[in-house]
Amino acid sequence: MSELLKVPTMAEFMAQGKQPEVLFWVGCAGSFDDRAKKITKAFVKLLNKANVEFAVLGTEESCTGDPAKRAGNEFLFQMQAVTNIEVLNAYEVKKIVTACPHCFNTIKNEYPELGGNYEVMHHTSFLKSLLDEGRLTIEGGKYKGKRITFHDPCYLGRANNVYEAPRELIQKLEAELIEMKNCKRNGLCCGAGGAQMFKDAEKGDKEVNIERTEQALDIKPEIIAAGCPFCNTMMTDGVKAKEKESDVQVMDVAELIANAQDL
Amino acid sequence: MNYLPNILFATILILGIGFFAKNVKKLIRNIKLGHDKDVTDNKSQRWKNMAMIALGQSKMVRRPISGLLHVVVYVGFIIINIEVLEIIIDGLFGTHRIGLKVLPQSVYGFLIGTFEVLAVLVLITVIVFWMRRNVIKLARFWKSEMTRWPKMDGNLILYFEIVLMTLFLVMNATDLDFQTMNSGNIISQYIAPWFSGLSEGTIHIIERGAWWIHITGILIFLNYLYFSKHLHILLAFPNTYFGNLKPQGQFNNLESVTKEVKMMMDPNSDPFAAPAEGAEDEVPAKFGASDVQDLNWVQLLNAYTCTECGRCTSECPANQTGKKLSPRKIMMDTRDRLEEVGKNIDANNGEYKDDGKQLLDNYITKEELWACTSCNACVEACPVSIDPLSIIIEMRRYLVMEQSAAPVELNNMMTNIENNGAPWPYNQMDRLNWKNE
Repeated sequence: MSELLKVPTMAEFMAQGKQPEVLFWVGCAGSFDDRAKKITKAFVKLLNKANVEFAVLGTEESCTGDPAKRAGNEFLFQMQAVTNIEVLNAYEVKKIVTACPHCFNTIKNEYPELGGNYEVMHHTSFLKSLLDEGRLTIEGGKYKGKRITFHDPCYLGRANNVYEAPRELIQKLEAELIEMKNCKRNGLCCGAGGAQMFKDAEKGDKEVNIERTEQALDIKPEIIAAGCPFCNTMMTDGVKAKEKESDVQVMDVAELIANAQDL
Repeated sequence: MNYLPNILFATILILGIGFFAKNVKKLIRNIKLGHDKDVTDNKSQRWKNMAMIALGQSKMVRRPISGLLHVVVYVGFIIINIEVLEIIIDGLFGTHRIGLKVLPQSVYGFLIGTFEVLAVLVLITVIVFWMRRNVIKLARFWKSEMTRWPKMDGNLILYFEIVLMTLFLVMNATDLDFQTMNSGNIISQYIAPWFSGLSEGTIHIIERGAWWIHITGILIFLNYLYFSKHLHILLAFPNTYFGNLKPQGQFNNLESVTKEVKMMMDPNSDPFAAPAEGAEDEVPAKFGASDVQDLNWVQLLNAYTCTECGRCTSECPANQTGKKLSPRKIMMDTRDRLEEVGKNIDANNGEYKDDGKQLLDNYITKEELWACTSCNACVEACPVSIDPLSIIIEMRRYLVMEQSAAPVELNNMMTNIENNGAPWPYNQMDRLNWKNE
């Protein structure tokens, strides 16, 4: 299966004197985290299927600096940002797609002032545009009629007002889209943002991901859909802590679409 | 001798407004203790935000019950205040109900009738508000930061409004000429019979008493604002005008850091170069904020605008799960410390003298700051565009860049980013390995 994945790098495009249509910014989680790597691959399969000429930076990619910035380390953030911008500008990148809302937010909003101006899309918005252009078809397949709820990632939703693209994709799966008590602009955080992913929580009486998972389980979904590798981890852990992993799956929207077509 | 009431009235009015003006000057001085922030961009959007959010209450009604109740008090407050204009003219010139002389009786009756209906609606709503605080005990009014003064402040405002509305109705009910005119006394006609057993003289005394206490009460309330969370009735307007227009996820890039980073990255820069002419005097900027003077003036305006409704705190994931962080407390602490700094400046002839205290640690603890997930729920929840998150981030910047005081796991994460370009200890050269796994 894996040998079928076509993942060209920017360097390869450059060597042939060509420009890809879009750069896929994989992100640290998408590159290294075992669960998130599956999301990366699912998204690549969809890009391959839709014949999108994309490229990755590969070993030239480095952390956007998001967790450093949210933790207060502006120096480290700007070092990362300026280095990344040099690489991106050297390749004359115009358009970027990423499956991580944190990378998405940082490159889209915080890089321009530092000299990095690109059109940046979250992978759900990108997939939606492929669908609208007729380059990608979505079929329900095994998800037809399933109860699916979408957990809004803070850095996609409130931070950048993207609420509809992931939902429209889920509806294209002919699934039953159900909403949690807190959704869209009132969505409750999974607990990972602001660099919390990398530290223990402060003393309290509950973990944030448990609170959010309980909200999800309240509406009895078969699948909790996510659009962020960190949310995915937090919700997966939450479902495990509630011992519901045999009933409820946590899946990225890209995985749902890829799986539905047995890619 | 006949002019005594006029003189007394003018004196009270001048004192009331003068004292308030003095405090407004102090308020502006304190807000200006903050760093400069350029908010001259996109004026049309800013006016639109003020019209929608402050004037139009668009974010208040996202919670329909408290939102609609608030709209009643808000509309009532603004419209009933037209009556104050008449009271001031009457008081200064010794007239009585000057409105009747300049307006047709039907129009005047319609106006006063409207005020009376609104007064009753406000009265009922304020009682409901009081019950929400003290009988139903809504959780957000009973958080740990809502004890002592903040709790009393919330109730005092309600008592003020109950008294003022009651006085307005009593004043109309005991005005025998107004009742005889029988136009506009929609509500007060039902209160008037309560006084029917009294002599005309006594009723007149009650009418005058209510009138005087009412206007004095309004002036006292005006002066109470500066000391109260109720300041939002004025500051909500500038605060929504100066509110953030960028995507909520966008945090500002520190310019001082950009300069240094660009210099480090520039292969042509000479590390041994002498500083440019005149640059010697430049004090290196402090990174982040440990005290109120390190924040920008919009953040300080935010603090004075906060009316402690607690919508931010009730939406905060950290607070919901029992952590110490409360975005409302961040704003209250900022205001309290700013007031303390202001008083320090007043006591030391206009010069701030170090008092060994600061916003960090003395007011806001590290534990609170590190509990934030930066999810923007507090920012989204605020009905008047306050941004507690930006203060939390400024203080984290101070902790990390000035004090190297990040939690140890975060230091590990940052070291990994520095060394491997990822928050985990994986080699950058392995970044594409997933392709073949």
